[in-house]
Amino acid sequence: MPFVSPEIFAKQTLASIQDYSILSWRAVSNLFTRPRYMADIYTQMDYIGVGSMPIVVLTGFFTGCVLALQSATSLEAFGSVSLTGNLVALSMVKELGPVLTGLMVSGRNASGMASEIGSMKVTEQIDAMRALGTDPVRKLVTPRLYATIFMLFFLTIMSDACGIAGGALISIVLLGLNGSSYFHNSYRALQYGDVVQGLAKPLFSGFIIATVGCYFGMNTKGGTQGVGKATTQAVVISSVFIIIVDLLVTRAMIGVFGR
Amino acid sequence: MMADLAQSGSATLQQEPDSQEPIVVVDDVSIIFDVKPVLQNISFTVQRGETRIILGPAGGGKSVLMKLVNGLLKPDTGSIHVFGHNVSTMPEVDLFKLRSRIGMVFQESALFDSLSVGDNVAYRLHEDHVPEEEVHSRVVEALQFVALENTIEKFPSELSGGMRRRVSIARAIITNPDLILYDSPTGGLDPITSTTIIDLVIKQRDVTQTTSLVITHRIQDAYLLARSRFNPQTEKVEQIPNNGIDDSTKFLVLNEGKVVFDGTTEELVHSNDPWLKEYLS
Repeated sequence: MPFVSPEIFAKQTLASIQDYSILSWRAVSNLFTRPRYMADIYTQMDYIGVGSMPIVVLTGFFTGCVLALQSATSLEAFGSVSLTGNLVALSMVKELGPVLTGLMVSGRNASGMASEIGSMKVTEQIDAMRALGTDPVRKLVTPRLYATIFMLFFLTIMSDACGIAGGALISIVLLGLNGSSYFHNSYRALQYGDVVQGLAKPLFSGFIIATVGCYFGMNTKGGTQGVGKATTQAVVISSVFIIIVDLLVTRAMIGVFGR
Repeated sequence: MMADLAQSGSATLQQEPDSQEPIVVVDDVSIIFDVKPVLQNISFTVQRGETRIILGPAGGGKSVLMKLVNGLLKPDTGSIHVFGHNVSTMPEVDLFKLRSRIGMVFQESALFDSLSVGDNVAYRLHEDHVPEEEVHSRVVEALQFVALENTIEKFPSELSGGMRRRVSIARAIITNPDLILYDSPTGGLDPITSTTIIDLVIKQRDVTQTTSLVITHRIQDAYLLARSRFNPQTEKVEQIPNNGIDDSTKFLVLNEGKVVFDGTTEELVHSNDPWLKEYLS
């Protein structure tokens, strides 16, 4: 990787942040003016939402299983194995469900967006779209943005449910806990603030996944190698952003709800 | 057939410029990529009905000039007026409307690979919410013009390079634009396919008298354009008798980002510029 002077690096970074901000703003605001590509939004919802269901369900389920196993080992020392349900439910709903779903969808869809739009960019299809009188941001980015935000919300709920179900399976089959007690404890552990916190995070993650994926796609340069680079950068940056924003949202929510 | 297309054209910007006013005016345009000047002080005009052939060696800035004319790039200095509108300062939103009057054939066709040939050609009509029955008839008409009506259901990846280029021409002409930009329509094609493509450009020029800019680095293509005409009786392209030259065809020769020649075919052939003589020989 070539070294550049700090001045050039700072300028490039600022220019990238500016371009990303402009792209994000245009993607958001396009929904409020015509033309709206509703069919493209539904197509993306199917691809992003329904298409990501298997990985989200599997990840959520097995995370819940592992969480139950791990927490039971620790809780046993305090004679509180019966609280496994509380721990699994709180961990899944507040943290692991939103973050893991975000990361999994990022791996699948931020890369998909960057490579698809990047391929269109290097083969002049984006320019052709502009030449044909269509705004590529409106046609390609806006549908992906709203579809990701909308579907990630429901994918996270699904992941939370599967995680709690996975924890239940382990608790009942391996730890010998009572199923009814497990679910009762899980339900009692969750408070309004926990659910709001867990459901606010996918809104931010969805925004990050779509805007970062599309940004790197729209700025792809250098042929097929450039598409590969854009894809990698999209996944890495969106994943890191998801975790950083998760921290910020968690802190903000603790400030609001006190837990 | 193309007359029908002409009647069904969908020009969004309604204000018609004065018929005497040039369609394209490029005035002292320069553009630099990184630190390399790609175009330097380019000036020329294209009149209504004129076919302007932009000739020059590869890497001379021809494609960049084409993208500047369509507003896909902005010049660093100078101005470009298309249909009287300054595209170098125009907001992108207004450019989208203006571009409904401009057809563009890209160097590598730039067909949407996830759409069928029919959907590619119909793209602009779908954007304009034209009724589906009319869309189908106009797509078939445009594909008949390029002799590819049997490929309507196929995808671009199933077509040869020449066929893709012809589909690209069909996509550019379907709304009967007032200006067509051909960016190296014969680039990378074999001589026989290149002749087929040039024949289509000539046919389009002579049937609809559409103003056009044609980039090429093949001198034989340029001469073919200047010395041929479309015969509506035989429906074939033929050489203009008595070594005649098409009056509406003019040349702009670029080399290393600068205009080397701007004038008629006659003036080009008789030019005494040493570089031009060597290039044309």
